[in-house]
Amino acid sequence: MRVNKKTLEHVANLARLNFTDKEKEKLMLDMENIISYIDKLNELDTSEIIPTDHVIPIKNIFRDDEVLDSYPKDKMLMNAPSKEDGCFKVPKVVE
Amino acid sequence: MELYQLTVHEMCDLIRSKKVSVVELTQSLLDRINAVDAKIESYITVLGDEALNRAKKVQERIDKGEAVSPLAGIPMALKDNICTKNVKTTCASKMLNNFIPPYDATVSKKLYNEDTVLLGKLNMDEFAMGSSTENSYFKITRNPWNVERVPGGSSGGSAASVAAGMTGFALGSDTGGSIRQPASFCGIVGMKPTYGAVSRFGLVAFASSMDQIGPLTKDVTDCAIVLNAITGYDPMDSTSANIKYPDYSKALINDVKGIRIGIPKEYIAEETNPEVKKAVLDAAETLRKLGAQLEEFSLPLTEYAIPAYYLISSAEASSNLARYDGIKYGYRAEKYTDLLDLYIQTRSEGFGVEVKRRILLGTYALSSGYYDAYYKKALQVRTLIKNAFNEAFAKYDVLLGPTAPTTAYKIGEKKDNPLEMYLEDIYTVSVNIAGLPGLTIPCGFDISNLPIGLQLIGKPFDESTLLRVGYTFEQNTEYHKNRARI
Repeated sequence: MRVNKKTLEHVANLARLNFTDKEKEKLMLDMENIISYIDKLNELDTSEIIPTDHVIPIKNIFRDDEVLDSYPKDKMLMNAPSKEDGCFKVPKVVE
Repeated sequence: MELYQLTVHEMCDLIRSKKVSVVELTQSLLDRINAVDAKIESYITVLGDEALNRAKKVQERIDKGEAVSPLAGIPMALKDNICTKNVKTTCASKMLNNFIPPYDATVSKKLYNEDTVLLGKLNMDEFAMGSSTENSYFKITRNPWNVERVPGGSSGGSAASVAAGMTGFALGSDTGGSIRQPASFCGIVGMKPTYGAVSRFGLVAFASSMDQIGPLTKDVTDCAIVLNAITGYDPMDSTSANIKYPDYSKALINDVKGIRIGIPKEYIAEETNPEVKKAVLDAAETLRKLGAQLEEFSLPLTEYAIPAYYLISSAEASSNLARYDGIKYGYRAEKYTDLLDLYIQTRSEGFGVEVKRRILLGTYALSSGYYDAYYKKALQVRTLIKNAFNEAFAKYDVLLGPTAPTTAYKIGEKKDNPLEMYLEDIYTVSVNIAGLPGLTIPCGFDISNLPIGLQLIGKPFDESTLLRVGYTFEQNTEYHKNRARI
């Protein structure tokens, strides 16, 4: 098993997710199945192959640095789960 | 024929000849939604009065000669991951249950500029992750041809609403087959355009290097009309291609003489359902009789497309979905101890099972120690797959095969086995990996009267040849005229 409980918990923590023990059991099995299948890629020799992260060779899209209209503050705050005095409200971060 | 059964171009003819007003047409579709969507469950949000008010305004513009687009007055609906200003856009997720975008996606804006009438927003797999529309937080959409079956996914609401006559046309998004496979399962036409041809600005991101918006329509003519409206360079999308886009309606030519069509042997292999295979090969024969040159050939690496796709798409998804933290918009957990716990509780409660599974897989593939073995490897395989297509397109203008290995399967049949569900995408994912355009058109029915889709794959930015082949097939067959009896 490449995906043991420790690996799963490590990855879940990186992704800011938590799971019950029952969920973990199922996820370990799912991940193991999927990753075993993915290992099929190792049949291919890619040592000399340049990775393609994007099919269109576009790089560094620049634009002029102009002042344009911004979205109004109330519109940007309208979906906030918690807000106060025109700001997003979050739990205390700094003591 | 009822009004709701008409194609977009037929609706347009009636509007232009003043036989039908935009309000009557809109009302007819709203009535249809009221009558059948309780059975199909394709809409998440229906705009009743807003749509009728818009219809009135569009009719006035038409009467004054101000609205002249072939889409003027046409009722349409959008997949719920396409942002619509002041209209809830949920991605079928608890995370965005109450999200109201303060802006329009570029495609929404473009369609409004053509004087279309928005009827509502359509169900999908949560964050477009799925092949059956069973992964929606809200509801399971059903296939109009048989309500015990899935409509396909992730644009299942888009496909089902078009097939059941609940909209003139719909937009979906396609990251690994999410337009083409549901269009195939629902017996309609679906196009995934070339990567970069349609702006992704305002499309909620899943896998940014492969996501692409496209039309789901009742025939190929409608597909060309909608494509004309939505393609084009957009400075708001840094991956938008700044090229000259053709008039796609000029591609609607009933002639395939001399067009070279390759059939990848791997696409008509043993795993393909025999009825699907037969329908696809019969369609190929029809095209051959009409003058196309057909040849079977080997497209290597087909079996590696799915593992590469799931690595790349999940890696990009894990990064894209990091933005859902319960701070600026979307769901926030009620109980938490501190900021870190707020993130964790919010994300754990707000995302569904499949989304979390993919975030985990993507995070794993990108994490220290695994990056080269998984993510980089997948990107190298992507290069090989792209090269294989390049070689194929040196010999052929179009590749032809099935859209999916089966017809629509039963609801619940594959839900508990993610890997089995992923394998459904075997013929569609390569097209996204290589950024190519793909068109699916109906080409037959299986013994249970479920639609079968024919997939045509083209060279980058050569949607026109796909439309031409699709149009020719349509003009010489009747499959596209069948409507689901619901």
